[in-house]
Amino acid sequence: MVIRREDRDYCQERHEDLEKAHDYLVALAGNPNTGKSTVFNALTGLHQHVGNWPGKTVARAEGSFNYVEKRYKLIDLPGTYSLLATATDEEIARNFLLFSRPDVIVVVVDSTALERNLNLVLQVLDISNNVVICLNLVDQAARKGLKVNVKQLSLDLGVPVIATVANRGKGLDNLVKAIAGVASGKISTSPHHFRLSTEIHEVLDEVIPQVTKVAGDLPNIRWVTMRLLEGDIRIRQALNNGELTSLIGTNQDASVRKQPTEAELKELFNRIKTAASPIQKSLHDYIVSSIYADAETIASNVVTKYEVRKNDLDAKIDRVVTSRLMGFPIMIAILMVVFWITIVGANVPSQFLSDGLFWLENQFSSVFRWFGAPLWLEGLLVHGAYKSLAWVVSVMLPPMAIFFPLFTILEDLGYLPRIAFNMDRLFKRTGADGKQAITMCMGFGCNAAGVISCRSITSPRERLIAILTNNFVPCNGRWPTLILMATVFVATAFPPAVSSLTASFTMVAVTLVGIAMTFVVSSLLSRTLLKGESSFFVLEMPSYRRPQLSRVLYTSVIDRTIKVLYRAVIWAAPAGVLIWILGNVQIGSETLMTHAAAMLSPVGLLIGLDGIILLAYIIAIPANEIIIPTIIMGYMGTSTMTELGSTAELHALFAAQGFTVVTAICLMLFSVLHYPCATTTHTIWKETRSAKWTVLSNLIPLAVTFLVCFSVAQSLRALGFG
Amino acid sequence: MDQMKLQLSKNSEYKTLAEIKVGQRAIVVRLLVEGLTRRRLLDLGLLPRTEVRALMKSPMGDPTAYDIRGSMLALRSEDASKIIVKPLPLR
Repeated sequence: MVIRREDRDYCQERHEDLEKAHDYLVALAGNPNTGKSTVFNALTGLHQHVGNWPGKTVARAEGSFNYVEKRYKLIDLPGTYSLLATATDEEIARNFLLFSRPDVIVVVVDSTALERNLNLVLQVLDISNNVVICLNLVDQAARKGLKVNVKQLSLDLGVPVIATVANRGKGLDNLVKAIAGVASGKISTSPHHFRLSTEIHEVLDEVIPQVTKVAGDLPNIRWVTMRLLEGDIRIRQALNNGELTSLIGTNQDASVRKQPTEAELKELFNRIKTAASPIQKSLHDYIVSSIYADAETIASNVVTKYEVRKNDLDAKIDRVVTSRLMGFPIMIAILMVVFWITIVGANVPSQFLSDGLFWLENQFSSVFRWFGAPLWLEGLLVHGAYKSLAWVVSVMLPPMAIFFPLFTILEDLGYLPRIAFNMDRLFKRTGADGKQAITMCMGFGCNAAGVISCRSITSPRERLIAILTNNFVPCNGRWPTLILMATVFVATAFPPAVSSLTASFTMVAVTLVGIAMTFVVSSLLSRTLLKGESSFFVLEMPSYRRPQLSRVLYTSVIDRTIKVLYRAVIWAAPAGVLIWILGNVQIGSETLMTHAAAMLSPVGLLIGLDGIILLAYIIAIPANEIIIPTIIMGYMGTSTMTELGSTAELHALFAAQGFTVVTAICLMLFSVLHYPCATTTHTIWKETRSAKWTVLSNLIPLAVTFLVCFSVAQSLRALGFG
Repeated sequence: MDQMKLQLSKNSEYKTLAEIKVGQRAIVVRLLVEGLTRRRLLDLGLLPRTEVRALMKSPMGDPTAYDIRGSMLALRSEDASKIIVKPLPLR
C-alpha cells in the first residue's frame, strides 16, 4: 500500500481542522461516474477548495456547508469501485474511509447500475455505521425503465437512502437532513453486513485478537484482518513498514499506535497463515461473491424494470460515434469545430480587451510621468510587467473562456470515454492504455491538468508513458502561437471567406502531428526505457448525460479558466520585467536581447527558426503564453511589447525579419512538440516523485523537437521553399 | 490454463468472452486470470454466473463494449479471451 503524502495530510487535517472550525467531517465516496462531483458542488457551492490542479475528482477537493448551526466539512474522495482496490486514486479513497474515521460517509450511487454500485455500498457498511446513501441519477434510471424502491432499499441496507437528481438540485435538502441526522446520532442505523460462512467467522474471531495484540487497536481491525487472511500483500507491507500505524490520527495515545517489531509481525503472519490455511485458497473470490450475492438479492428486491418504448437513443448514438466508418471522422470533425468556434469567437473579445487594456497602459504611463517617476521605473512596471500581463489576459482569456466550456460540455456529455474506446487499439499497439486518450483531451486545456488526470490509468508503466507524452498535445497557452501562425501565414494564402476555416484546419493538422508523435514516443518508450506489454485494460462508458449549464459554467470558468489564467498572469508580470530589461539594457551599442539572439541564431536557423524565437522560448519556460509578444518585441527592436496590429501589418513585420512559411511551419511544430512549461514539469515531479522521469520528460520532447524541426526545415529548404 | 482452453475448444458449449458476437448474451463461467486483474474484474461485477452481453466493437475491431450488470464496460479481446462464458441462445 503506497501511502502518499496527501493521505497523511488528510488524517492530520481531520484533527487540526476539526478542532478549529468544523463540527462534523463528511466523506463523499462512490463509483466513478455517479455524479459524485456534482453532489459535492451542489452541497458546498463556492465554499470549496481544490487542493490541486483542475482535473475533476482526481484532484483533492474539500468544502463545507452549514446546516442548523453546525458546520460540516465535506471531502470529495476519488471515485472507487471497491475498498479492495488497487489504483492510486482508489487507495486514497480507501485509506480515508478506513483510517480517518469520518463522522459520516455518504456513498453516491448510480441508480442505473445499482447492483454494481451496491458492491461498494456493502463494503462501506461493513466498516462504518454512519452511512448515508445518495441514490443519484434517478431520472436516468427512469429513462431506462428502472424504478428503485427507495424505502425498501433503506430497510434492506439499514441506513438512510435519499433519492436525488444532483444536477438539478433535486433531493439535496433531504440528503443534508440525513447527513445531519446521522452525524448527530438522531438517526440510528443498523447497517446490513454481507454474509460470510461460519467457518470464516470462527477464523476471524480467532485471529482478530492476535492482530490487535501486535498491531495495536487499529480502526477497522476486522477489515485489516480479513485482508491479511486473504494474503493481501500491500496491507502486509503497510503493517510491516509502519504506514498503516502512521495513517491513524495523531489524537490517539502513543500506546495505541505502537509499531510492532519485526519478530512480532513474523510470528503474527505465520499464525495467520496457519489459521487461514483451510479457507485461504479462494477467500477473496468468496468474499466478493458473497457481497455480490447480497447485492443481487437486494437489487432484485428493490428495482422494478418496466418496458420503455424501444427507442434507446444512447445505443443509437454509440453505434454512430464508434462505427467503423464514422468513428474517426466524427472525432476529427469535433476537434475542428471546437477549434473553429474558439478562433472565430475569440477574435472580437480579444481585440476589445486588448484595446481597453492597452489604453489603460497609456493612462498608467501618464500617471507615472505626472508624478515625475524615473523612466526606468515606468518602463519596468508599465511597459514591462503591466503590458505583459495585459497581453496575456487579452490573448488568453477569450479563447479559454470559449474552449473550456466547450470541452466541459463534451466531458459532461460522456463523449470522452468514447474517444478512448475508439483509439484504444492504437494505444495498445504502442504498449499504452486507451485512457491515455482522455488524459490527452485534458491536455488541450492544460498539460498540468492532463498529467494529473493520468492517475486514472491503473498500470504504473502505462501511466508513466501517458505522463511523459502529454506534452505533445498543445495546451491552451500554446494556442495563441498556433492561431497566429495559422492565420497570418497559412490562412492569408486563401480567400478571406474561408480563412478562419483554413486556420482551424491548420490547427487540426498540427495537432495531429502532436498526436502522431505521442504514438511514436509511447511506442519507443515501450520498447526501451519502459519496456513492457500493455496490461489489463478496462474502460467504463457511462450513459450520455445532458450537460447542466450551471455545472459547465462552474467547472469551466471557476475551476479551469480562472485557475489557468491566474497561473499565466503571475508568471507574465515578472517575465514582462525580464523582457523589458533585455530589450533596454545595452552592452556596447546593442541591447542584451540582440546579443542573446545573435548567440542563439545559428542553432535557431538550423531548425528553421531564428535567435529571437529561441530566446522567446527560453524566457517563456514558465508560461508559453508570452512567446508571441516576446518575438514581436524582438523583431520590432523597440523596447516594449506591442499590441497586435492587423494581419497584414504582422505579416509585413515578420517577413521583414526573413520569416517565411518554413519559419511558420517550424514554429508551429516547435510549439507543439517542445518541452513542457515549468508548471507542468513541477506537476510531473509531484506525480512521479522521480528526478529521472522529470528530467526525461523535458529531454525527450526537446530531442524530438530538434529532430523534427531540423528535418522539416532542411527538407523544405532543399525543395526550394523559404 | 492452456489445458483448460483445449478442453473448452472440444466442448462447444463454452466459449471465451472475446468470441461472443455483438448482440449476443452469455453467462460467465470462469475467470482464467489471477492476481490484480482478477480483483479488478471481480470489483466490476464480472464474476461467475454473471450475465453479460456484447454491445459494440471499437472502429478498429478491438476493444469490445459489454453490458455488465447495467453498466457499459469495454474490454480488450486479449483480456476477454481469458474469461470463459456459456453463450445463451439468441432471442
